[in-house]
Amino acid sequence: MSEFLRSYLTVAIFAGAAIGMVALMLGAGSLLRPTRPQPEKYLTYESGVDPVGQGWAQSHIRYYVYALLFVLFDVEAVFIFPWATRLEVYGVFGLVEMLIFIVILALGLLYAWRKGVLKWT
Amino acid sequence: MSALTAVLAQATTPPDGTTAIETPEIVWSAVMPIVVLVVGAVLILTFASLLKGKVRPEGYAFATIAIAVAAMATAVPLWNQIQDPAEGPFTAIAGAIGVDGFSVFLTFVICGSVILAALLASDYLREEGQPAAEVYALLLFSAAGGVIMASADDLIVMFMGLETLSLPVYVLAATQARRQSSREAGMKYFVLGAFSSAFFLYGVALIYGATGSTNLADISTFLSENVLLENGLLLAGLGFLLVGFGFKISAVPFHQWTPDVYQGSPSPIVAYMAGGVKAAGFAGLLRVFYLGFDAYGTDWQPLIYALAVASLLGGAILALVQTDVKRMLAYSSINHAGFILVGVEANSAFGVQAVLFYLASYAAIVAGSFGVISVVGRATGGRHDLSAYRGLSKSNPGLALAFTVFLLAQAGVPFTSGFFAKFEVLAAAVDASSYWLALVAMISAVISAFLYLRIVATMYVAGEEGEEVDPLLAGSDTAVIERTKVKVGAASALAIGIALFITIEAGLLPWTFTDLAADAVPVLIAG
Repeated sequence: MSEFLRSYLTVAIFAGAAIGMVALMLGAGSLLRPTRPQPEKYLTYESGVDPVGQGWAQSHIRYYVYALLFVLFDVEAVFIFPWATRLEVYGVFGLVEMLIFIVILALGLLYAWRKGVLKWT
Repeated sequence: MSALTAVLAQATTPPDGTTAIETPEIVWSAVMPIVVLVVGAVLILTFASLLKGKVRPEGYAFATIAIAVAAMATAVPLWNQIQDPAEGPFTAIAGAIGVDGFSVFLTFVICGSVILAALLASDYLREEGQPAAEVYALLLFSAAGGVIMASADDLIVMFMGLETLSLPVYVLAATQARRQSSREAGMKYFVLGAFSSAFFLYGVALIYGATGSTNLADISTFLSENVLLENGLLLAGLGFLLVGFGFKISAVPFHQWTPDVYQGSPSPIVAYMAGGVKAAGFAGLLRVFYLGFDAYGTDWQPLIYALAVASLLGGAILALVQTDVKRMLAYSSINHAGFILVGVEANSAFGVQAVLFYLASYAAIVAGSFGVISVVGRATGGRHDLSAYRGLSKSNPGLALAFTVFLLAQAGVPFTSGFFAKFEVLAAAVDASSYWLALVAMISAVISAFLYLRIVATMYVAGEEGEEVDPLLAGSDTAVIERTKVKVGAASALAIGIALFITIEAGLLPWTFTDLAADAVPVLIAG
């Protein structure tokens, strides 16, 4: 076995130990615990309240556009914060790059706004 | 003003104790085609949102064509610079982008494909009454991705190009959102495409593990200077990359999405998918395998060999049992992918030249073919089965003649560009001593010729109602539709005309294109 594959042996042992541990604990639990089934015990737990209706509830399609816009600006923030703390080392190049990035995103927001995405009615 | 410069200077000077990160120098002229395409697409979206319906949809088609032409125009000085022996090909942005004849040639092919698709889409969108600006912007974004793939000298940049190419096309496939088949096509293409991208990325990771670099020039140098004792990791990586590219070029056995997506997507979009997207896929394949892994040719050539044989026979034989013309041409495009793979398998400069000529001529042929399909399909309310083409020669002799030329070109009949395209890849295969592969390719050409002649015969022979029809020619649907004259829009007619001109011109005077393709050699230059 090559050195490279042997280093994966650790991963295999670790995975085996993890699976064995879970099997041991759940197995011991099912052997030791008393079993007294009641219908109430099989209800979905919702903070002690009886569940109402179907689990497959529909949410309005509108939310998806908001989620998209949110992800867009979330990603923008993820890029901007680390960049801002280290602006000096990137020099003018970094400044211009970030400006291009923000301008493109701003045009995207303009597009969404003009498309009426930001209105809730 | 001076205060601003002072602030800028202070903000951009590294404080004591830190060193400035070395930023790559950007040669703007080298990336100009990409910049023009992307900025053009963003401007189209911006103006479309600001002007909201005050611009006629044709205006956006015109803008798209102007942007694609501008991108081609910025590539012309690059081509001259590369062909100038004093300057030659070069690499830009810290070795990430390679500018050589290969990348510029494919820039022309991809932009040309966008122009033809935009012309076809112009008529299509007007008659379907759909919003236009987004379609054109997505076309341009996708083309930018294709150009990035054609010039990528780094696997990460290649992946970026692949995604930029693919994501807009997934949306474009679903633009006809009212028709369920179009939505299904978009979904299917997206899921399988995302799957193949994951394969590609995993391949990049494995190759990085094996060679210590994602830069193709570095990988090539590393592999020529070192002999790997254990090359399993590298070979697995190569295999994954091939799966990723195989999906994009729709080679058997990665072809299952092709018929469904081509059938469901709007025909002008299919013209771009089969022309531009396929050209970009082959560009990436050649750049990675022919340039980056030339030292491993004996390892990857058998894989390409197998894919080529499977695509040649699978595409040709499965096409025979189809009754829908769009599906037939989808399978025939798989067959064409097999032919192009024959040129790739040769792993020689001649083979690359043959592939480039094939891609350029096929982009024109397929744009023309789907142009005719788009025009006829609208007249029959979206029906594309063979019976919809019955007697087209009586009602629209010109359209039927153009379709005949495109189909004969796909079959490889002399005096069309398709003949020389097939001739060159076969010559490259024989040159590389792949005699059996060349033989299989010729057999598959004969099989697929039956398919093309079947469509041609349907247009010319089976015209009259009640006429005795050869069951082989009739297609499954025996109902005869009312054959009224199909209306051909001006833009569609122009697109079909351009495609027809290229097909015949390259068939009569092939050296005008083969000389260009011969100068379009890909080279790797260390950054």
